[in-house]
Amino acid sequence: MSNTAENLRKEPLLRVVKRAELPTGKIILLRLLAVLLSLIAGGIFIACVGQNPFVIYMTIISGACRSVMAFQGTIKLMIPLLITSLGVTLAFKMKFWNIGAEGQIIFGATCATFFALFFSGLNHVLLILIMFLSGFIGGGLWGLIPAVFKVKYNTNETLFTLMLNYIALHIVSYLRDGPWMDPGSQGFPKIARFDKNASLDKLFGIQFGWLIALILVVLVFLYLKYAKQGYEISVVGESQDTARYAGMNVKKIVLRTMFLSGGICGLAGMIQATGSDITLTTSVAGGVGFTAIIIAWLAQLNPFAILLVSFLFSVLEKGSSVVQSNFGLSTDCADVLQGIILFFILGCEFFIRYRFLFREGNHGTDTVKKEKEG
Amino acid sequence: MDMLIKFLVAAVGAGTPLLFGTTGEILTEKTGHLNLGVEGMMSIGACIGFMVGYYSDNFVLALCFAALSGAFSALIYAFLTVTLMANQNVTGLTLTIFGIGFANFIGIFVLNKSPEGTLKLPEKITAAMRGIHIQGVSDLPVVGELLFSYSPFVYIGIFIAIVSAYYLNHTKAGLGLKAVGENPGAADAAGIKVTRVKYLNIILGGAICGIGGVYCSMIINGGVWISDNVGGLGWIAVALVIFANWQPSMAILGSFVFGALRVLKYYIPQSIFPFPIAFYDMLPFLMTALVLVISSMRKSSRINLPASLGLNYYREER
Repeated sequence: MSNTAENLRKEPLLRVVKRAELPTGKIILLRLLAVLLSLIAGGIFIACVGQNPFVIYMTIISGACRSVMAFQGTIKLMIPLLITSLGVTLAFKMKFWNIGAEGQIIFGATCATFFALFFSGLNHVLLILIMFLSGFIGGGLWGLIPAVFKVKYNTNETLFTLMLNYIALHIVSYLRDGPWMDPGSQGFPKIARFDKNASLDKLFGIQFGWLIALILVVLVFLYLKYAKQGYEISVVGESQDTARYAGMNVKKIVLRTMFLSGGICGLAGMIQATGSDITLTTSVAGGVGFTAIIIAWLAQLNPFAILLVSFLFSVLEKGSSVVQSNFGLSTDCADVLQGIILFFILGCEFFIRYRFLFREGNHGTDTVKKEKEG
Repeated sequence: MDMLIKFLVAAVGAGTPLLFGTTGEILTEKTGHLNLGVEGMMSIGACIGFMVGYYSDNFVLALCFAALSGAFSALIYAFLTVTLMANQNVTGLTLTIFGIGFANFIGIFVLNKSPEGTLKLPEKITAAMRGIHIQGVSDLPVVGELLFSYSPFVYIGIFIAIVSAYYLNHTKAGLGLKAVGENPGAADAAGIKVTRVKYLNIILGGAICGIGGVYCSMIINGGVWISDNVGGLGWIAVALVIFANWQPSMAILGSFVFGALRVLKYYIPQSIFPFPIAFYDMLPFLMTALVLVISSMRKSSRINLPASLGLNYYREER
């Protein structure tokens, strides 16, 4: 008796226990609950700055979908977000922390711009194809640099990819201020607007990119789920030792995947530059690379979920610009809300895998034992 | 010679926010937690500190609130990664995106309410931040300008770095902290309260980052609020931790070297080195990338990387 009392005293008030796998329905319910809580937290934030959260939320939704024009604007925002999220997903599946999507977008767009500026006389279809390829290869090479150092010297890829973002950014500002400066702009530093021949065509009133993005969703899904290479990515992501033991060439897989990951981000840059901006600016990426990381993570790296989440995020961003003009709240509101949502989802993952156990006397210790055996 | 002194003085000024960020992140990483939210914590500190300074006109109060808000944002990170064992990379990144968004949002919100259309710090607090002047000492040639002419921030930063170095290397608590970062399981078995050590140091690190942030918003732009005032310095600070080999004393040197890189473009005569401006803007990032590569190539046992960095500690799995 005294022994149990001793044990009880030693046991902490609160402890964490792993739980058996939850059914999918319950997991989805937990995540929805987390989103709901995050919207409440976001609502409190909005209320703190003196606005009615319900009105703001309604304005966001109606602002993004109130007219055909507005909806087209939403889709236009979604294209780079969706493609980039798909790109970083490949790297994240491998647990390679590619946070350099910004740089890969910029460099891909820069390579495509080279052809748009200096080969604008080519046949339209051929030119677009060349720009497409150069965007992909440019982004891919930019992603390959940190991967090479990672496999060779185990250089921290998180920081390296990040530094490459700024380096790519300053390459563009160099080109803008010097060799690629628009001769017609009378010394104002900007790159010339692309020739009509070098810009993407429209399909249903929105640039062609949306179709490419949708095709990529399916391709990435098939690649990750059914291709041998996709399987290799997830094995390397789970455990490099296991992959090596199974005879996989881990270095090759890391390099190939980062090339693809960067390449897809580069495509997003090419599509943004030639489809939406019709020129190259330093804000061609404009934070998309970071938002894409949030999207990919919220969607649990599932391409179809990414489609849904990136749509919701574009609604949030488009809607927040309407909130800005109607209520004078800056569009940074979207970033704050995105951050809050992800905080809650990150927290909620814990409750899917673990649960808290309170000290509750004899009965409590029994359940702990059962939990351990089960 | 005169130019050289001006350059060195400017380098120290430009390196000071990095010094805070780096020292704060060293304490955080010594717990085994890689907090990529430095940029976000600095932004939040920059925003809250600036606003408190703007309304209260009190330098000390502004500093305290910057530190408190940095600590609070680090608490969010600590709760998610220590208690809820969330992915450290993603949590840190989210903190960065959230922090920058929050700072810009509040900045524009207050800006829209101000009658003048700009936010400029009032006179008294600006005077408090100005370079110190000690009668007799600051007037000394060369030495006076190089050592006794800076804003109080510079001395606070160096003081915090030296105290942190002492704390890490010469106190029992510092030893416990390093044990937690190397092997939390062993530290736990030795009776160290792992969770408490992690929380305390992550929060302390956040507070230091917050002070670095308020330097960005109050000093860099001459006391006028602009959006994105931290502008990537937090990220350089994360990389400087590697450069400094997780030693606060080395962080002092590293920050000032990188500060020098940031101001180089104003002091290098274009006629001798005709590089484009964009190249100088790129230089700190290029150097950081180089440092990363070189320090990873050098597989020396003297690298102080905490062994459990990036891994969450789950007691039942040790």
